[in-house]
Amino acid sequence: MSVELDVFVGNTTIMDKEVYQLWLNGYTVNDAVKVRIEGGVMEECEASAEVLLSDTMDQYRTFQMCERLLHHPAKLANQLLFQIPPDRQAMLIERYYAFDDSFVREVLGKKLSKGTKKDLDDVSIKTGITLKSCRRQFDNFKRVFKVVEELKGPLVENIRQHFLLPDQLARDYAAIVFFANHRFETGKKKLQYLTFQDFAFCAGQLINNWTVGAVGKTNNMMEDMDVDLDKEFLQDLKDLKILITDKDLLDQHKNLVCTALRGKTNVFNEMEANFKNLSRGLVNIAAKLINAKDVRDFFIDLVEKFIEPCRSDKLTSIDVNLYLTHYTNSAHILDTFKHHAVWTRYMGVIKSCILRMYHD
Amino acid sequence: MPGKLKAKIVAGRHLPVMDRASDLTDAFVEVKFGNTTFKTDVYPKSLNPQWNSEWFKFEVDDEDLQDEPLQITVLDHDTYSANDAIGKVYIDIDPLLCSEAATVISGWLPIYDTIHGIRGEINVLVKVDLFNDLNRFRQSSCGVKFFCTTSIPRCYRAVMVHGFVEELVVNEDPEYQWIDRIRTPRASNEARQRLIFLMSGELQRKIGLKVLEMGGNAVVGYLQCFDLEGESGLVVRAIGTACTLEKISTFPATATHPNNSSPSKDMKDSPQAAPSTLGCRSTHSSPVHSASSRLSQGFSVSVPTLLFAGMKPRHRSSEVPRARQCRPGFGEEAPGVPLSSGPPTPLRAQTFSSFSPSKSYSRQSSSSDTELSLTPKTGMGSGGSAGKEAGPLKALLRQQTQSALEQREYPFFTLTAFPPGFLLHVGGVVSARSVKLLDRIHNPALGNTRSYKLLDWNSFTADEPETRDAWWEEIRQEIKSHAKALGCHAVVGYSESTSICEEVCILSASGTAAVLSSRFMQDGPLDTEHRLSRQPLCVFSTGSERVEGDMGSSASLGFEEVVSPGCGFCHIPYDELNIPFPAQLTYCYCCRRYKVPDVLFTTIDLPTEANVTGKGCLIQARLCRTKKKAQGEGNATAISSLLPFLEYELHTQLMNKLKLRGMNALFGLRIQISVGETMLLGLASATGVYLTALPSPGGIQIAGKTPSDITYEQHISTMQKKINDTIDKNKELYEINPPEVVEEIIGSPIPEPRQRSRLFRSHSESSDEVSELDLSHGKKDAFVLEIDDTDAVEDIHALLTDSPTPAGFYSCNTEIMPGIQNWTSAIQMFTSVRVFRLNANLTNQGLNKIFSDLCENLLKSLYFKLRSMVPCCLCHLNFTVAIPEDELIQVAVTAVAMSFDKEQPLENGKQSGEKTLIKAITENDEQLQFNLELNAETSSHNPLSSPKGLSEVGSHLSARASSLEKASPLPEGRSRSLRSNRSYSGSSVAVVKMTPLSFIPGAKIIKYLGIINMFFIRETSSLREEGGVSGFLHTFIAEVFAMVRAHVAALGGNAVVSYSMKECVFMENPNKNQAQCLINVSGDAVIFVRESELESTSVQTQSATTHTSNGGEGT
Repeated sequence: MSVELDVFVGNTTIMDKEVYQLWLNGYTVNDAVKVRIEGGVMEECEASAEVLLSDTMDQYRTFQMCERLLHHPAKLANQLLFQIPPDRQAMLIERYYAFDDSFVREVLGKKLSKGTKKDLDDVSIKTGITLKSCRRQFDNFKRVFKVVEELKGPLVENIRQHFLLPDQLARDYAAIVFFANHRFETGKKKLQYLTFQDFAFCAGQLINNWTVGAVGKTNNMMEDMDVDLDKEFLQDLKDLKILITDKDLLDQHKNLVCTALRGKTNVFNEMEANFKNLSRGLVNIAAKLINAKDVRDFFIDLVEKFIEPCRSDKLTSIDVNLYLTHYTNSAHILDTFKHHAVWTRYMGVIKSCILRMYHD
Repeated sequence: MPGKLKAKIVAGRHLPVMDRASDLTDAFVEVKFGNTTFKTDVYPKSLNPQWNSEWFKFEVDDEDLQDEPLQITVLDHDTYSANDAIGKVYIDIDPLLCSEAATVISGWLPIYDTIHGIRGEINVLVKVDLFNDLNRFRQSSCGVKFFCTTSIPRCYRAVMVHGFVEELVVNEDPEYQWIDRIRTPRASNEARQRLIFLMSGELQRKIGLKVLEMGGNAVVGYLQCFDLEGESGLVVRAIGTACTLEKISTFPATATHPNNSSPSKDMKDSPQAAPSTLGCRSTHSSPVHSASSRLSQGFSVSVPTLLFAGMKPRHRSSEVPRARQCRPGFGEEAPGVPLSSGPPTPLRAQTFSSFSPSKSYSRQSSSSDTELSLTPKTGMGSGGSAGKEAGPLKALLRQQTQSALEQREYPFFTLTAFPPGFLLHVGGVVSARSVKLLDRIHNPALGNTRSYKLLDWNSFTADEPETRDAWWEEIRQEIKSHAKALGCHAVVGYSESTSICEEVCILSASGTAAVLSSRFMQDGPLDTEHRLSRQPLCVFSTGSERVEGDMGSSASLGFEEVVSPGCGFCHIPYDELNIPFPAQLTYCYCCRRYKVPDVLFTTIDLPTEANVTGKGCLIQARLCRTKKKAQGEGNATAISSLLPFLEYELHTQLMNKLKLRGMNALFGLRIQISVGETMLLGLASATGVYLTALPSPGGIQIAGKTPSDITYEQHISTMQKKINDTIDKNKELYEINPPEVVEEIIGSPIPEPRQRSRLFRSHSESSDEVSELDLSHGKKDAFVLEIDDTDAVEDIHALLTDSPTPAGFYSCNTEIMPGIQNWTSAIQMFTSVRVFRLNANLTNQGLNKIFSDLCENLLKSLYFKLRSMVPCCLCHLNFTVAIPEDELIQVAVTAVAMSFDKEQPLENGKQSGEKTLIKAITENDEQLQFNLELNAETSSHNPLSSPKGLSEVGSHLSARASSLEKASPLPEGRSRSLRSNRSYSGSSVAVVKMTPLSFIPGAKIIKYLGIINMFFIRETSSLREEGGVSGFLHTFIAEVFAMVRAHVAALGGNAVVSYSMKECVFMENPNKNQAQCLINVSGDAVIFVRESELESTSVQTQSATTHTSNGGEGT
């Protein structure tokens, strides 16, 4: 004696948010039923375990049928098979494309290839996220990457339009795509303390200021993408080297900064002592960015060359802010320094990235 | 050539990848109607082709327009091999043939393949230019409106209710033809789908003809079913109620003074009057004509012809004896025969039927009506078909009186809700069943081998419909005689159904015997002029508001008898000295003047005006009976002998459950008996209510047979206590606290009983009262269940295992739930299907338990699923059971969940408000149509100003506007509005509501666009890959919903009302990884407008009116 077939189809597709989340999290039907029973829905609605099982199976089936539509969210709006109210559609999409920060930290900056996908079981074990969920998240990254790779125009806007994602989520995806595209190194031990949101913030800074699209925003005619860094700018960055190669300029710069900082901080001595070191670090990073290989090490370089020295000197983030502000501004006062525009564009991003990354 | 059908293929989207190499498709489209086919160009390498074809024009008979669907096939062009079919779209042209329905079909329709399901969508435009056909011999019935709704459709007024129309057509089932062995499953499925489309079209046309002959212009309560008889063929049959409807519009005066204004004038003025007069004019001549000219194509039975009559006896002689052999089981329910020797349990059900009397009755009726003896229908009495062999003279005679006869022969009405004043008294449920053996006619010589019109195979089943018709006629006669015995001249809420297993077929019919107001029907053969001049005085209207028309009908009601509408229908129609079944009569608890029975069973909806105490609830009786495997006649006999017991037990269960809930009446009773190889299933569903007019039901008393030992007594008393507690709990749950009535001597009319203030009594109090009642009210004696009786034990068990509905839920299988009015606009229609596999060797009790649990669990699941809608009511809960194969039970439910506000709103103010609004709308209706177009055009002029996701109504109005472009004087504007429409539909999908009810809460239906009647087959040979049986069926049902919605949206509608899934035949073969499913759905496509939006819309149109006039002057 068994139920051979059991279906429920509503004219408006009924979807339970809680079950949807369990499905997204990769729970099996039986596990999901257990979770629901523990959640107390049974007592609430005078239902039996049997009813819960039937409902869960039914919902899972519905989600599976919807999944192929969720791969192309725009289709969800003009497909005819399921009648889903717009707010529900938005919920389905948003949750489907939502990801776990702990998962994304593992694959951020990695190539979204089959090889990476094969390693997902390790990620699953490490993060405690089910393999099914890992695969979904990974496939989402890959799908978004593939679509926007071919598109022109602003990255975030493209993602938002093609995947109908809310603004914040679209920005996060832009960051993921950007990281995957440049293969930024994020997995090194020294970078472990950084959260995905730290990286996403930095990615946003880079996208908004250092890419081709960023230039486009000003003259409005550039139809190129946001994904690639502005080569011209990277080329120009090499000119900044003068700040450390020209001895006079370096001393002059140091004096200006020290004058400005004197008496404003407790760690003035350390700052003064370290000035040349830190400046060299930052300018070297800038000069190397023209090589794609060094771009990958951008974050590790920032940590090694700047954040770690500062931290060992026990600078607070207020100190760092103060230092970087004066460091940036003073360069403009140098008589022989001509590359003001490049300097501003470079230091603006560096400053906000470092400030964001400067925590425990 | 009375019609020109035009089709344009605009575009496709979401097409499947047909070319693996390029991941693209080279799609083109074939448009086929009848034998004419057009093709579009190939649109290479695209999944979203833009064909933008020319208009393909088909010049066709309107008859073909009615019968044939437009067939659109999307194919993938292949240079080297045969073109691959992507899928098909069948478009029913019928809604376009009626001036009042849709005028254009335009929109995205799913491309459907029977193997792969939906594969993308196609955007098409279809129109019909119909020339006025004045040919009096025509065989088409264009313009007759069809409604699935079993009440007078809202926004129409019934001028006259003509009566019962029925028809059936038969063909060979393509799946059982020799050719099926060599063709692909896809070809076979498509042949079947197409055949059923054709047969439905033909059936509808023929019914339409009958309606025209009767002088009507519409069929209400149209119920079409098909019987898959397997080897012996495919029967498509339909019944309905012919009416003359008039749109509530243009002349508000007629609504307010129905008695004064001459309806004949209305008829002339209203556009639909034209076809009706036309049909009447041809009344006398058309059947003759049809006999000679249409014979080669049609198989209509009801049009009597000499040729048919000549063929029949041979056939019948082989068929009739067999049918008669099975007749022992024919009379259903049979309180007399099996019971007299059985337990003394009093069966006081209202269902009436009997064995022997039925025959005498039918004879009686036939002798009273000489015309009847001419028909084959009464032939069964004399065992032959003398009437059929009657010469040409009689046939001629019949033809002359045909139209009159048609109405009198079966005073049946498929309606379940009636205009006020129509239903006078209700007698009770009448039903009849008959077991038949299906037999294929193997000898092709029996019928001329003719080719079915436009089909590519031969059919030699020409005289089959005669047999099937005769079967149904037998049953209808029986029903009629039952009704007569109940003192009723009509049967309302009438329906027919079948259950087929192998070669055995159970035919069932049931309805409610009733006395109707004679003024709404014709009472004799009248020719047209006569009829028109004697138009019924009562022009009543229905609508969501029962207020309109009341003033008119109340006056006319006057000379019947003055009864309060709240109880009048309960008063017995039969002679109280000659009660046809054991019942206890009391004086009506409302008016105290007429007798009422103690319980009332009906198949109709609860009349809106009925006085009801408390709320209602769904009551189900479920039963399973094992049966030995047998073949042929032996099997039929076995089933026949089981049927009466099955029905009796179902009845007892219903009665017990009704009493357990403290209620005294059942509405919407539907008893379904399903036959399988080794068992019979019976499922009776109804909505129980407490009618204030009827006496309060007694309790249920358990009695031990022998008062032996103490433990036994204790056992009984605990059971008794349990039952009493349940009754009390239920009374509280359903708010049944009837006004206290002083027991008085029968005959003394007392003033209106005082309404007792609503307060719940404590348990102990009320239980005291129950026992007190039991003692004092000798007449209201408790229903005694003897516990020694194993059946009784079972019954008690069943009674107590029915779990109550969870808090916040109510359920009923009728349209409305008494006690709930304030619906919100949240509705959720759903279909749920379960198949249960049984173990072999189960006892009856075990089976019963399983079956009952299956239904209960299904209900529980529904409550759980819909918990977010609480407080809500599951309305129109329609269960269908089937035994798809041995050891499988299939239960399918379609219903709608509607949530309501707990607080009662101010009824009166709302209603009057509604009324004025409707008036405003109807007055503006004609202008409205014109103006809407303008609206759409203005929006198309500046699309930027209109929001991206057009509001639901907005998009519909624009769609409708574009659909009205035919009437537009500006061709340029037309194309513009079309374009705009297309771009909207591309951006988002319009919401289409579906409901099995005839109304949408909080909304006003402003237009009926035509009937939706669709049939689909889905098959798979990769069942596991598609998610097993559940995955397969889930997808299929979702696809069917999607296709219904898309077709409604293409007609310009935003809802389907009176939706039903009439068939869901599921077959599986997991070993072969295969499954097949057939689904037949129907409903009425409508446009509704939210009441809240009504006002703004009308204001909008007002302003638009001024615009139009200005614009008109400009051009």
